[in-house]
Amino acid sequence: MKVSYFPGCTLKNKARDLDEYARKAAEALGVTLEEIDNWQCCGGVFTTANDEIATKLSSVRALKAAADKEQPLVTVCSACHNVIKQTNHAMQQNSSFSTAVNNYMGEEPYKGETEVYHYLELLRDLVGYDAVKAKVVKPLKGLKVAAYYGCLLLRPHAAMQMDDPENPQIMEDLFRALGAEPVVYARRNECCGGYITMESPEFAKAKSMDIIANAKAAGADMLVTACPLCRYNLLKTGTDMPVVYITELLAEALGVKENADD
Amino acid sequence: MINKTKNLQQEMTRISGVNPRKCMKCGKCSATCPAYDEMEYHPHQFVSMVENGDIEPLLDSQSLYRCLTCFACVDRCPRGVEPAKLIEAVRLVAIRRQGANHMTANDVPDMLNEDLPQQAIVSAFRKYTK
Repeated sequence: MKVSYFPGCTLKNKARDLDEYARKAAEALGVTLEEIDNWQCCGGVFTTANDEIATKLSSVRALKAAADKEQPLVTVCSACHNVIKQTNHAMQQNSSFSTAVNNYMGEEPYKGETEVYHYLELLRDLVGYDAVKAKVVKPLKGLKVAAYYGCLLLRPHAAMQMDDPENPQIMEDLFRALGAEPVVYARRNECCGGYITMESPEFAKAKSMDIIANAKAAGADMLVTACPLCRYNLLKTGTDMPVVYITELLAEALGVKENADD
Repeated sequence: MINKTKNLQQEMTRISGVNPRKCMKCGKCSATCPAYDEMEYHPHQFVSMVENGDIEPLLDSQSLYRCLTCFACVDRCPRGVEPAKLIEAVRLVAIRRQGANHMTANDVPDMLNEDLPQQAIVSAFRKYTK
C-alpha cells in the first residue's frame, strides 16, 4: 500500500526519530510513506478564525497533492495532523472559506475530498491492529505504557473524528497489539502547555508535571506520545520517566528499531 | 463609542463564528481550562464580556496570550459556544492592529535552547504575530 505522507518541519529537524521510525515501521507493515513534493510547514497550530486564508494554504496544497495521486494523506506529528484535518473539515463545511481558498488553487478546485489519517489511524483502520500484532517479533511484555494524547490528537472532535475525545482507546489498543500493558490515567488528554513554553517555561512545566505525576501514580513505566512539543515539555520537567514516540515503540516491537538510521 | 463597541462585537462574531448568547453560564469552560490560574479574564468571561460589549479590557489583557488552544473548552461546552474561537478572534483583533504583535523575530533567540522543537516557534508565531 502506498500513501501520501506529510512529515512536517519538526520531523525534519529535532524529531528526526519520529520520522525515521515511522517510515521503517510502515515498510515492515507493507506500507510506503510517499513524501509529497514541495510541502510547506503547516504552521504548528490551526487558526480558528474564519477569515484567515493564507495560514491554511500549505495544508490545502498538501491535501490537493494527495488528491491528485488518489491517495490518503498520512501525518505522524500531532500538530500537523490537527492543522491539516481541521483545514480539510473547514474545506468541506464552510463554502465561503472554500471559495476563498480556491482562488489560490489554480484551475482545478479542491473540495475536501482527501482522507486524512494520523499514523495511529493508518495502523488501526488501513493496516489493522491484528495485522500489526502478527508482525510483532519482540513483544513488549511486562511494559506498562501510558498513552499521552494531549490536546491535538483528539480535539476538536467534530473535525478530528479519531476516537472518543474523553475516553480514547486508539493508543491503548495499539499497545496491547504490541504486547505491552496500557496504563489509563485521568490526565492523558489534558494539555502539556504547548507553545506557551516559549514565553513561560514555568507554566508549561507545571502543566507537564501534573501529567507525569498522574501517570506515575497509575503505575506507568513510560509515557508515549506522537507530538514533539509534548515530548519536549514533558522531558523539560527533568523527570526520570522515559517519554517515547509511538513510532519508536512500534519499531522496537516490529524488530526494525536498530536499522532506523540506515 | 456605542458604534465602536458594536463594530467590535460584530467583527469578533464574524471572525470566530461564535454566538455568545448561546452561553448558559455554567462555567465549565473555565473549570476545565489548563490556563485558568494564569488568566486575569477566564474563558467564560471572554464570552460574557463580548456579549456585554465590555471589550477594550480584553484587548489589553495578557489573558489573550495565555490560551493554549487546547480546545478543552470547545469540546466540553454543553452548549457548543466554543470559547477558544472567541478568544482567538479577540487576540486577532488586537494583533492585527499595526504594531500590536505580541512576539517579534528579535525576541526568539533569547528563548531558544538546543532541544526546543521548531513546532514551538512556528506555533507561537502563528498565535502571537501577524
